[in-house]
Amino acid sequence: MAETKTKPQCFQEIILRLQNYWAEKGCAVMQPYDMEVGAGTFHPATTLRSLGSQPWAAAYVQPSRRPTDGRYGENPNRLQHYYQYQVLIKPSPPNLQDLYLGSLEAIGIDMDLHDIRFVEDDWESPTLGAWGLGWEVWCDGMEVSQFTYFQQVGGHDCKPVSGELTYGLERLAMYVLGVDHVMDMPFNAPDAPIALTYGDVFKQTEEEYARWNFDTANTDVLLRHFEEAEEECRMILDQAYDDPKTGKRIIMAHPAYDQCIKASHLFNLLDARGVISVTERQAYIGRVRALAKLCADAFVQTAAAGWTPEGDAA
Amino acid sequence: MPDLLIELFSEEIPARMQTRAAEDLKKLVTDGLVEAGLTYAGAAALSTPRRLTLAVEGLLAQSPDTCEERKGPKVGAPDKAIEGFLRGAGVTRDQLEERETPKGAVYYAAIEKKGRPAAEIIAEVLENAIRNFPWPKSMRWGSGSLRWVRPLHSILCILSDEAGATVVPLDVDGIASGDTTEGHRFMAPGRIAVTGFADYEAKLKAAKVILSPAERADHIWADAQSAAFAQGLEIVEDKGLLAEVAGLVEWPVVLMGDIAEDFIHLPPEVLQTSMKEHQKFFSVKNPKTDRIEKFITVANRETADHGATILAGNQKVLFARLADAKFFWENDIRVAEAGGQPWLDSLGNVTFHNKLGTQADRIDRIAAMARALAPSVNADAKLTEKAARWAKADLSSEMVYEFPELQGLMGKYYAAPAGYSAEVADAALEHYSPLGPSDDVPSAPVSVAVAMADKLDTLTGFWAIDEKPTGSKDPFALRRAALGVIRLVLDNNLRVELDKLFDAQLLRHEIALNEDGESRAALLRDLDNEIADHGVFGAAIRTVLDHFDGDLSKHLAEVKDSLPDVSSDLLSFFHDRLKVYLRDKGIRHDVIDACLAMPGNDDLTLLVKRAEALATFLSTEDGENLIQGVKRASNILAQAEDKDGVEYSYGADVKFAEDDSEKALFTALDAAEAAITPAMEGEDFAAAMTAMAALRAPIDAFFEAVQINADNQVIRRNRLNLLSRIRMICGGVADLSRIEG
Repeated sequence: MAETKTKPQCFQEIILRLQNYWAEKGCAVMQPYDMEVGAGTFHPATTLRSLGSQPWAAAYVQPSRRPTDGRYGENPNRLQHYYQYQVLIKPSPPNLQDLYLGSLEAIGIDMDLHDIRFVEDDWESPTLGAWGLGWEVWCDGMEVSQFTYFQQVGGHDCKPVSGELTYGLERLAMYVLGVDHVMDMPFNAPDAPIALTYGDVFKQTEEEYARWNFDTANTDVLLRHFEEAEEECRMILDQAYDDPKTGKRIIMAHPAYDQCIKASHLFNLLDARGVISVTERQAYIGRVRALAKLCADAFVQTAAAGWTPEGDAA
Repeated sequence: MPDLLIELFSEEIPARMQTRAAEDLKKLVTDGLVEAGLTYAGAAALSTPRRLTLAVEGLLAQSPDTCEERKGPKVGAPDKAIEGFLRGAGVTRDQLEERETPKGAVYYAAIEKKGRPAAEIIAEVLENAIRNFPWPKSMRWGSGSLRWVRPLHSILCILSDEAGATVVPLDVDGIASGDTTEGHRFMAPGRIAVTGFADYEAKLKAAKVILSPAERADHIWADAQSAAFAQGLEIVEDKGLLAEVAGLVEWPVVLMGDIAEDFIHLPPEVLQTSMKEHQKFFSVKNPKTDRIEKFITVANRETADHGATILAGNQKVLFARLADAKFFWENDIRVAEAGGQPWLDSLGNVTFHNKLGTQADRIDRIAAMARALAPSVNADAKLTEKAARWAKADLSSEMVYEFPELQGLMGKYYAAPAGYSAEVADAALEHYSPLGPSDDVPSAPVSVAVAMADKLDTLTGFWAIDEKPTGSKDPFALRRAALGVIRLVLDNNLRVELDKLFDAQLLRHEIALNEDGESRAALLRDLDNEIADHGVFGAAIRTVLDHFDGDLSKHLAEVKDSLPDVSSDLLSFFHDRLKVYLRDKGIRHDVIDACLAMPGNDDLTLLVKRAEALATFLSTEDGENLIQGVKRASNILAQAEDKDGVEYSYGADVKFAEDDSEKALFTALDAAEAAITPAMEGEDFAAAMTAMAALRAPIDAFFEAVQINADNQVIRRNRLNLLSRIRMICGGVADLSRIEG
């Protein structure tokens, strides 16, 4: 434990320590999902795996994109692309709060000097048809994580309940490392032969994406892609459960969910382009939610959700 | 007699729910105990972020034995009936007693119930309380099915007396009761065993937990004040924030920090809102400069560095927050200095309500009405319109986007840089007022006009689309808006005809709702102009009818049929609100009804003046008796009119008066009429009522001495006509028939 008490030196060390900590605590350390998402929750390892009866424990970094938050890399802590660290354990263990606090210690937050608080913050994702109760966790007045007990996802009651932890990595790291502007934060070790800051890695991409998100993206194309994703999702789920080629029961919940993720991100891009009015907004969110529900309905019919032929017969 | 201690220990309970939850626990448990026969001497409910605690003193050790007598079927009733009774009462046949009653012999059963030990009852009651707890929002966790506000970890439940403490055994979804709890999460981890309330409270304090929310709040307030006072500063009082903060900590430690120089010039309200909303900080003000110079944060622990790290962290977060606020402020000031037009333009893209158009549409309507209202409040019409157009501009500002509760206030701050006068600035802030019954009512003429127009536009708008409040549902706060108008009118002694204002604004809504049908919209615009000239809906509509021919009359008929109804429905809504308002001021509803029945009842100032005079009048002996006399006159008259099939309304002549009292009444009525008519014209209701009071003695004497239904038909008719004069003269003051009693 001596190692964890020391202060980390850079952004990636914090990520590595979290990976090691949660690996030690028995989580499957997964990799980021290979699609554009708005938050770690969208990773199927959270959204879909929080459904059904099968136990689950996963931890992973998820690059997240929020096009409207782009500030051309100039704002000290607002980015259109950033990292979340996500932990999902089902059923939520009774000592989840302690496990979480252990992770803060692991990244060098000394519990004897800081003031950690669990402040009411209920979570809701209108696009995923999901909600849960929990807190935002404050460290000396700063929000460092979201802590949620999932109650419903895709319109389905979560039984058992998953405990979800989400760390905003840049913000947390800036705090631990004592950095005021995200672009100044050391990405790798400051004494590495080629020391890189967060800005070296991301300043230019923030500019490029901000310009594209706000002013350049072709909205006609985005709209068309949104509709195609929606169509594809429904088409996939309209297929019979039994695959005529293999004769196996194959419900394509994940491929369908990919289309739902796509639609959600396209909506975010359209929103950043400012072409969605206040009233239309709700309608688009409703359309994505409808897809998320269909995917959840499909997933709970699969073995990964605990479905068995016997159970179905009963 | 034993004492009971219960603690439900969980993960962090939202601050806003703690006090209520502790009280709910107390009620559920003590009600349950009493219902089972366990009475107690006293009970106290306490809470911290992680626990609900109930201490019950002087509980019975067991519930008393009871004996209940139950009446059964008649002797000789069918066996089936008797067996059923035996089953229900839980007795055997030989235990039944036969008793003679007036209806024959009947079986009686005495059901004896042994008292039960307190522990048994407590276990049942507590489990029931936990399973049916009225949390505003609750959740499941892990694999369990129990619901609690956040995961419930342990149940402490002990009964203690001189002999010691015993655990009341119970198990709720795998959580077994015990005699242990936990102290402060960080400062005193580990479980603690306790033997009773005093021991529990003391051990918790040693383990860095102050059990009582009131004690924590007092502690915070005292420490915060002395910290501020020591530097010649004072804390901006905020009871809501204090209660909330006391619910976020178990071991409060007050820390005071500086606000960086960069931010001190921001409006104090901005600092205060940002610090309170985001960080739960108290604002610390310099009384000499009225600026907020420091903040107070409340940590949940002591540290070796005396809070230095915690304070530094909080300060850093605050710096980032205030940097945002400053950024918004500076951007906003730039827009304001350029006249603020982009804000007004962008309100055209913001929907107010999907049937009532955008905020810009709304502002146009409010400006039109405010301009029309200006003369009646002695405000300059042009300035008032300007103020109305500026009043909502800040809704587009960055600051209000971030802190919606600063709407109005920012409009006031931004008015001067945008080149507006102080009146316009004040109207931006004040036009939302009065918000609640205790909120101040604006008195500056421009503010009053804009405030009235804003509220009336909202009311007529939702009436036009038929979204009125129903029962407890009032999502657009229309009752509050109506009360606001009532208070604006009354407090400022405004003389406005609400009817006319309703009609004009309803038409503006109709015009907006009918933008598509150009001919109809044109027609409505004409109507609107005519109302401005004629002031009365009927006259206006007739004038417009004259202008148009055939095919437009269909539209006109629709408007003619629907709008006046909507308008009068809205007026009666106002009257209902007014009744509630005046009832709180001690004016009876029948007094108000008596005045509402009079013409001009849309002029609220006049209406209330009349009601107040009438209420005063009724509180005098003359007044009360006069009402009886007038009612008697009206009743006799009504009966006679009914019987004779005619209306007695004219022609009483003193020459047919026989009795002295009758002659005296003639004289008195002449005198009263001579006094009342000019008094009413001058709206001097008190004088009119005094003149009316003078009628009391003559009317009483008249009824005393004279038989109305005389045999002589001439005399009878004359007397009925005389009664009719009473009805007419007094009825001009108020509709006294509506007075009860």
